[in-house]
Amino acid sequence: MELSDLEQRVILALQQDLEVVPEPFEAVARRAGATVAEVLRVIQGLKERGIIRRFGATLRHQLSGFSANALVVWQVEAAELERVGRRLAAFRQVSHCYARRPAPGWPYTLYSMVHGRNPEEITALVAEMANEVGLDAYELLFSDQELKKTTMRYFREDDPE
Amino acid sequence: MTPDTENRNLDELDRAILNEIQSHFPLLPRPYAEVAARVGSTEAEVLARVQALYDSGVIRRIGANFTSRKLGYTSTLCAAHVPPEDLERFVQVVNRYPGVTHNYLRRHHYNVWFTLIAPSASRLEEILTEISRESGVEILSFPAVEVFKIKVDFPV
Repeated sequence: MELSDLEQRVILALQQDLEVVPEPFEAVARRAGATVAEVLRVIQGLKERGIIRRFGATLRHQLSGFSANALVVWQVEAAELERVGRRLAAFRQVSHCYARRPAPGWPYTLYSMVHGRNPEEITALVAEMANEVGLDAYELLFSDQELKKTTMRYFREDDPE
Repeated sequence: MTPDTENRNLDELDRAILNEIQSHFPLLPRPYAEVAARVGSTEAEVLARVQALYDSGVIRRIGANFTSRKLGYTSTLCAAHVPPEDLERFVQVVNRYPGVTHNYLRRHHYNVWFTLIAPSASRLEEILTEISRESGVEILSFPAVEVFKIKVDFPV
């Protein structure tokens, strides 16, 4: 992916969160050595090219009502991945859905993150999903504790802190 | 699915603001003035609400989310079976890496699940080797082969 010098500077400047101030792009522009208009134009362009996946506020799910989540792993034949993946992704309660490489002793190839108010709600929903895609080889892995959740900061040292 | 709103002290204005700044953050010099216009409020009121939602922890951050692959980075989902007595030490070793962005304890034989992002495939392998060597725990890595959905917006 070709990035111009200005784009690279804006990406670096965006490794910090926006401040809650009337003109939050001023600080970004200062860090990038650019004008606010340039910064806004670059962000728009990076969004259009999918380099910025989204721009805005990230909420804590627990506090917005979705207190439970389960990683649901599905055993899906290679030829069926596309169909099942799309079908599961269409559920509103599924936030992430990926096909992943299996490993020895681990036959699961499709992963979906399912959110709900409590484990019972999630279990019922997953049974419904399984029925709909016609699969019975799956496991639910409920989360017991969040051990870390941060935002990736790019172009920095990745050695242990 | 209706989010459980009873125990959150969010009123209609908070919700309207959150939905705007989550999914339609204005790329304008004064974004909160634009949000105010959309939700029928004032810039000062919107800023005060956003600050309060930040302070109370409803908002985790405001900014850009990048597609790591498009910046040349590579990522994977990892799982490990860690006995309870080794858990604290293992988590300490894993969480020190800035590229470990999510880490969850899950109810399963493989009880620790974390995501790892690294600037290259070789660096990613190197980090997994370092973690295994330092912790004595074997790690399974499941790189993505296709993405069907990544969604982080939740209507409130």
